[in-house]
Amino acid sequence: MADIVFDSVQRSFKQGNKEFLAVGGIDFTVQDKEFVAIVGPSGCGKTTCLRMVAGLDMPSKGTVLVGGKKVKGPGPDRAVVFQQFALFPWKTVQENIEFGLKSMSMSTTEKQEKIARLVSLMGLEGYEQAYPHQLSGGMQQRVAIARAYVLEPEVLLMDEPFGALDAQTRVVMQEELVRLARKNPKTVLFITHAVEEAVYLADRVVVMSRRPGLIREVIDIKPIREKEGWNTYSRIEDVMDLSSFVQLRSQIWKLLREQNLGVDH
Amino acid sequence: MADQERLNQGEFILWTGLGITSFVGFWYIFVLLGVVPKQFLPPPHEVVVRFVHLLQEPFSGYTLLAHIASSFQRFLYGFLLAVVIGVPLGLLMALSKYANQLFTPFFESIRFVAPIAWVPFAALWFGTGIGGPILVIFMGAFPPVLINTYRGAIHVDRKYLEAARMLGAGKLRLMTEVLFPASIPSIVAGLRISAGLGWQSLVGAELIVASSGVGYMMVKGQASIQTDIVMSGMIAIGLIGLLIDVLLRQAEKLAVHYKEV
Repeated sequence: MADIVFDSVQRSFKQGNKEFLAVGGIDFTVQDKEFVAIVGPSGCGKTTCLRMVAGLDMPSKGTVLVGGKKVKGPGPDRAVVFQQFALFPWKTVQENIEFGLKSMSMSTTEKQEKIARLVSLMGLEGYEQAYPHQLSGGMQQRVAIARAYVLEPEVLLMDEPFGALDAQTRVVMQEELVRLARKNPKTVLFITHAVEEAVYLADRVVVMSRRPGLIREVIDIKPIREKEGWNTYSRIEDVMDLSSFVQLRSQIWKLLREQNLGVDH
Repeated sequence: MADQERLNQGEFILWTGLGITSFVGFWYIFVLLGVVPKQFLPPPHEVVVRFVHLLQEPFSGYTLLAHIASSFQRFLYGFLLAVVIGVPLGLLMALSKYANQLFTPFFESIRFVAPIAWVPFAALWFGTGIGGPILVIFMGAFPPVLINTYRGAIHVDRKYLEAARMLGAGKLRLMTEVLFPASIPSIVAGLRISAGLGWQSLVGAELIVASSGVGYMMVKGQASIQTDIVMSGMIAIGLIGLLIDVLLRQAEKLAVHYKEV
């Protein structure tokens, strides 16, 4: 069981001698093996929410619980995929993927097997000895995902993981992520400000409002996806043409626009 | 480099040659004008002759190469000691605010003391043993190593540290596998400054607390008013300093074979 519970979570930051509320009281639960996407305008505190689950940031008030345990710091049970990939440029693809495994107690052969499996799953064969700067953006992000997946975390935290990619690569990565999520479901918290991406990937979409970050609405996607049979289409553009998809997308768009929030996409 | 463009090869040779020629030219002019008595300012060609001669004939017990070897050995000990202590300490100070505050007051005051000021203690504690020059070189070489390691390490992009922590790395792995490799360019910049200061301090130390080495040779030359020997020593120091710097830059190229992404 690895559910994520936000229990009256607040986070304020000091700016000069003024204190402002970035996240203003969040109560929400991501169920075990559920894929939740958070959308919202820049500065709505969505990244802060994810960082508090990762343990890279701490709530000012309230608690974040993962699998019933209070989050006290970062750990390999909650792997993060960052927007800027954050691969170690001085390490090869192989060494990057291996980094998290080094802290775990298992035999070398077991580690090598795990790495080889991820390398093949993410289509990185032949690039094991390459350095990140020798790879394209899409390939780099695959390494970052492999680095997170190899730890077999119960929770996967993704902070606009495809934000830095070009449109075509982005689509490929989105389709791959869906395939991965179906094959090997995990509890996923996914931050994005691309509405389509959220609707396509998530079981539920959380819409946040601008400062202080609050949950404006939670939209259930999964029942509609299952009813309308989105899974039978392998390509994202086919899904995006479905009226059920269009309807959900415009519903979320309106929510974001409604209070004059301003949307980036 | 600011906004300068690189010279092409022809320009490089032309301007380097012009610089050296004018330097030697002015040197001759000063000698010929007799601004300083010839005894105290030998002409360039006499220095060259003496330099070659020193390579073959022992002076004050050793040939020039043996003096250089002796100096270089001391330098290496002092310099390596500074690196072995300075790099880990700099990384530790960047990682822990407590370690930083523990060492900062001590360090901030000691770095203003010229290395040569340690010569009296070097003499009292070690006599003419190798410990004296090593102490002096260490005091010259240590601050730049520490400062550059620390500065390089605190400016390492947070995303790498966060990624490493998220992947379960403890403090030791953060230091050795993230802060250290990410700081290498800054560390090498520090090593270059520190090698320069260390090499300078060494000669200062040898003027007083040694019975061999380039500095010692120069003191002996001065004592017998053989300024061409003193000048030969200066040239040797300059050339070896240059060589050390070239070697360090090569080491940096080997270490930093990747690009930031």
